[in-house]
Amino acid sequence: MLPQIAFITLSAVALASAVMVITRRNAVHSVIWLIVALFSVGGVFLMLHAEFLFAVQVILYVGGIMVLFLFVVMLVNLDVAVKQAQFSRQWQLALAVGIVLLVELSYGVYRGHQGFVLGQVSGPAVAGGNTQAVALSLYRDYMLPVEIASILLLVAMVGAVIMAKRKME
Amino acid sequence: MIPTHWYLFLGTALFTIGVIGVLTRRNVIIILMSIELILNAVNINLVAFSDYFRSVDGQVFAIFVITDAAAEAAVGLGLIIALFRNKETVNADEIDLLKW
Repeated sequence: MLPQIAFITLSAVALASAVMVITRRNAVHSVIWLIVALFSVGGVFLMLHAEFLFAVQVILYVGGIMVLFLFVVMLVNLDVAVKQAQFSRQWQLALAVGIVLLVELSYGVYRGHQGFVLGQVSGPAVAGGNTQAVALSLYRDYMLPVEIASILLLVAMVGAVIMAKRKME
Repeated sequence: MIPTHWYLFLGTALFTIGVIGVLTRRNVIIILMSIELILNAVNINLVAFSDYFRSVDGQVFAIFVITDAAAEAAVGLGLIIALFRNKETVNADEIDLLKW
């Protein structure tokens, strides 16, 4: 019973703060609510025996990406934008499309959910802990993708610097 | 033990909220944040199936998704700064130079 209560609490917090993210007028409030949502998603990872991913979520997402967002919110002058309309002209149509999408995807999951067999194995899968298993998989089975990801990060870093700097000539 | 499809419903709902945010908001920074929500919904699905199949491959893919999110946030926010310097606006519907 306890895991169910924890899951429902975590997902309620995640969904409520996600709704707050897309409805707040002030971008700083949106960032704060997004941090709450990301923490709840991290809690869901913890419930799924993904402890390493929880740490990555907290350190990288909440500690890194969200600080980047806050910096940009400070760098960009949002005083004018706060006073303007927050939603675009097509918001009714977009909302309808979103609800249709939600119904469609939920129906798909609902139709397929009998396929999940429950309780085959309980507890963590591998000896030595989740971090060791992830590390072995990352550096043995997914060696090439890790290298490609590192090149992607390098390109993104150079691109961000070039994009954000003033013209030098 | 929690059924796997509960996690899938959570991922679906979070994904939809992100899509609605991308489609309805005018502020480009909040559109980027909605994309982060979408990527998190994908991560929930990946990790849920990773737990279901007792294999860490899904978690490894989630790490790659987080890497992509970091790269996308860096480049996207750099673009927003460059855009704001040139157009003095953060509203997505006012940035229509390529429209006609």
